[in-house]
Amino acid sequence: MSQFTLTVNGRSHTVDVEPSTPLLYVLRNDLGLQGPRFGCGLGQCGACTVIMRGEAVRSCVQPISAVRGAAITTLEGLATDGVLHPLQQAWIDEQVPQCGFCQNGQILTAKALLDKTPRPTDAQIREGMARTLCRCMTYYRVQAAIRRVAGDPA
Amino acid sequence: MTPSRRDFLKTTGLLVVGLTSVPGAAAGLSEVVLQGPGPYPDPDFRQLDSWIVIRADNTATFFVGKTDLGQGTGTAFRQIMSDELDMAYARTACVMGSTDVTVDQGGSGGSDALQADGWPMRRVAAEARRVLLELASVRLGVPVAALAVSDGVVTVAASPDRRVTYGELIGGKRFNVTLSGANADATTGLAPLKTVQQLKATGQSLPRYDIPPKVDGSLRWAVGVTAPGMVHARNVKPPMAGATLMSVDEASVKDLPGLVGVVREGNYLAVVCEREEQAIRAARQLKAQWQPPATAPFPASENLFTFIRNAPPVFSAPPVVVGTPDAALAGAATVVEAQYEVPFQGHTAFGPAHAMADPSNGQMTIYSNEMKSYGLRNGVARFLGIPRDRVRVVWMDGPQAFGRTAAGDAGFEAAYLAQRLGRPVRVQWSRQEETAWDTKGPAYAVTMRGGLDAAGHLVALDYDARAADHNHVGYNEFDTVLIAQLTGRRKATPARGGASTPSDTYAVPHRRMATHVVSLPLIWETPLRTGNLRDPNGPQVTFASESFIDELAAAAKADPVAFRLQLLTAGTGDDRGFKRARSIAVVKAAAEKFGWEPRSSPGPRGTGEVVTGRGIAYAYRSETVVAQIVEVEVNRRTGRIWVKRVVCAHDCGLVVNPLGVTRAIECGTLHSLSRALYEEVRFDTAKVTSVDWISHPTLTHADTPQRIDVVLVNGDPNPDRPDLPHYGAGETVCKPTLAAVANAVFDATGVRLRRIPFRPERVLDALRLARS
Repeated sequence: MSQFTLTVNGRSHTVDVEPSTPLLYVLRNDLGLQGPRFGCGLGQCGACTVIMRGEAVRSCVQPISAVRGAAITTLEGLATDGVLHPLQQAWIDEQVPQCGFCQNGQILTAKALLDKTPRPTDAQIREGMARTLCRCMTYYRVQAAIRRVAGDPA
Repeated sequence: MTPSRRDFLKTTGLLVVGLTSVPGAAAGLSEVVLQGPGPYPDPDFRQLDSWIVIRADNTATFFVGKTDLGQGTGTAFRQIMSDELDMAYARTACVMGSTDVTVDQGGSGGSDALQADGWPMRRVAAEARRVLLELASVRLGVPVAALAVSDGVVTVAASPDRRVTYGELIGGKRFNVTLSGANADATTGLAPLKTVQQLKATGQSLPRYDIPPKVDGSLRWAVGVTAPGMVHARNVKPPMAGATLMSVDEASVKDLPGLVGVVREGNYLAVVCEREEQAIRAARQLKAQWQPPATAPFPASENLFTFIRNAPPVFSAPPVVVGTPDAALAGAATVVEAQYEVPFQGHTAFGPAHAMADPSNGQMTIYSNEMKSYGLRNGVARFLGIPRDRVRVVWMDGPQAFGRTAAGDAGFEAAYLAQRLGRPVRVQWSRQEETAWDTKGPAYAVTMRGGLDAAGHLVALDYDARAADHNHVGYNEFDTVLIAQLTGRRKATPARGGASTPSDTYAVPHRRMATHVVSLPLIWETPLRTGNLRDPNGPQVTFASESFIDELAAAAKADPVAFRLQLLTAGTGDDRGFKRARSIAVVKAAAEKFGWEPRSSPGPRGTGEVVTGRGIAYAYRSETVVAQIVEVEVNRRTGRIWVKRVVCAHDCGLVVNPLGVTRAIECGTLHSLSRALYEEVRFDTAKVTSVDWISHPTLTHADTPQRIDVVLVNGDPNPDRPDLPHYGAGETVCKPTLAAVANAVFDATGVRLRRIPFRPERVLDALRLARS
């Protein structure tokens, strides 16, 4: 076991785990966060997504040892001073989720996409979101919610 | 003496916290219901207090024995119950599916939440209103007939300043009203229900209360439940189907950090560790000797349909026969025949199966997203030999559970391990385990024959289906769940299984529908065990029947919509009137929304790389009718099919929440689109080889249609009749999509796809074959 310090949603935490421990299990089981979830453990589905260094990262294949120093944002940390992020609000306005289990990945992947490409084309949304899966098939409404925030393509 | 709130809590054992303020949009989620340490007898469906609690602050909580799998049924329950109670929707909350605090309404299944279980909910809410008005009559000193009620405030109609709230009348106290009815479904009081015209919240697109906590990260899911001393378990599945566990080398993991134990009984094997990642590592590292079965458990998936067509059936149902189909076919001017194939398709829940079981206080509490929580409770009690009232299931949100998923299996496993270890145990299946070992929708091979007369009218239709569905497992059966099979505690006799028949209402003078069940060599301890998958059998059967109707329309050189409408209006002798009339309305609504131009298929052939076409399919399930029209683009170079546009016309009777049902329709349609384009469980002669999202692809954002139009038809053809009742929605839309896509591909290319799924390589093969 080794000690690792990580900053999550602006707060610093120290955990004592094996260096190979995937970040996902530290976030869920040591820090008690509910946003990132286990879907495949293979980096294929996106359920475990967090934002790290501005990127949407799959925390299930990210060893804690690789995280050192990086600030991490999870779904819980997306709102500011109790005000939902525009994407979260759009998800409510558009009534996007069905079961909602994947929506952590949908929202955070969309955030990383819009941070880089604030007014994406339809093709850029499809491409940018393509590896973030949903088995309830909410894709149509996810895309509508992204467009609701981004407006027309630049 | 008026019972105090403390008396109320003592008598019911029910503690409701978190509702001291007026509940907002998320009221249902802000509420936590805690029971005492047990035991947990069944809530009595004949007591009004089991269904509704009203507090002094004039808020109400409804307790219903259903589960919401993400289609917004909880919101709909609040709408219908707040309407009958005459309480504003925003002042209500809903608790669902936890066996110790909600009446056993069976959990969810069959899309019947509103169709069947909505009625007792409405009746008990109406009864609560009746009792409250009687209390108000005494309090205000006027007859009930002189009272008015709105949003939980009762007034004297003639002098509205004389008022009393529901909360003032009964807040924190018990109704102590006994209801009648032979079972939970029949529960009723004395009050009549409101007419459709009197309902206010019903019919409104109220936002779902469960969505905000799902997007802000605050929802506590079944995957997130912990308990002091909880440990993490992972199963170790047989590496090949039907293998026997000969020995386990516990020394292979004994030095691993955090190891709590290796648990083995029969062919069931699991590792338990203090931390989750430790359990994952231990499951990988554990060495065990497995002996393969003497004979192959199943044919390889590429030979599956040859096997199904040649295997002697283990069961054939007596065929349904109308008229004399053989003679009619023999006399037909044109006979068309075609064979259709649908492979095994899995649930492959987005979050693999999981549950947490806590054996504290001599009870067994299971936290689970299993949609039939009551069945899980009863099954676990029998499996573990614990009295029912010492087992409870706390239902919580989880990944989509469209039928008999492995969520129930994980619940049994967690309880089994918790009992053996005497500690709270969390079981989490791996992705590979879920995709390989979840229950499957049965594979189907269907042969269709049809006869047209000289005028192109359908005179005979023959349906012959074979389903690989022997030993179809039920829900939460103590003697068929996977751990019962693997530990050798299963029942001796397999379930027969079954195959289904088309659900259309076409008038065909001569018709036969025959079904057969075939068995794979291995029926126990197999990853190819079949169980209910969203609209069980519907997509398979309707792919064959509605593709074939299109083939007949093409043979008759008829427009596919007109051909169907003619079948729906013809032959009044056996007209099922109402169903058929609503079917006609729905097919017409879809065609109108799409802008359907009458012509036969295939359409004028494009010459470019990408060609387009349109296709329709229609289906009936229970009392709900659906017609779908899709427009496809087929890339003739890559073989990719893109469904660019979807129109879905849908009649499920009275719509409680139009936006909610629209979203469920959109998503259910795309789920079936995924089944049409991608989903297939593949296997070799030893094991399932579809084990993750690469080897088992699913629909993605890139495949999303550009436009989806949902038309909610309320197709009662008689305008003088009160509105239709609320039928079920959710599964009917899953039926027609596969055929609609195949019909559109034929329209675009002239090539008929008769084997699911339509992955690009198969489309290219079909296009090549048609050219040669």
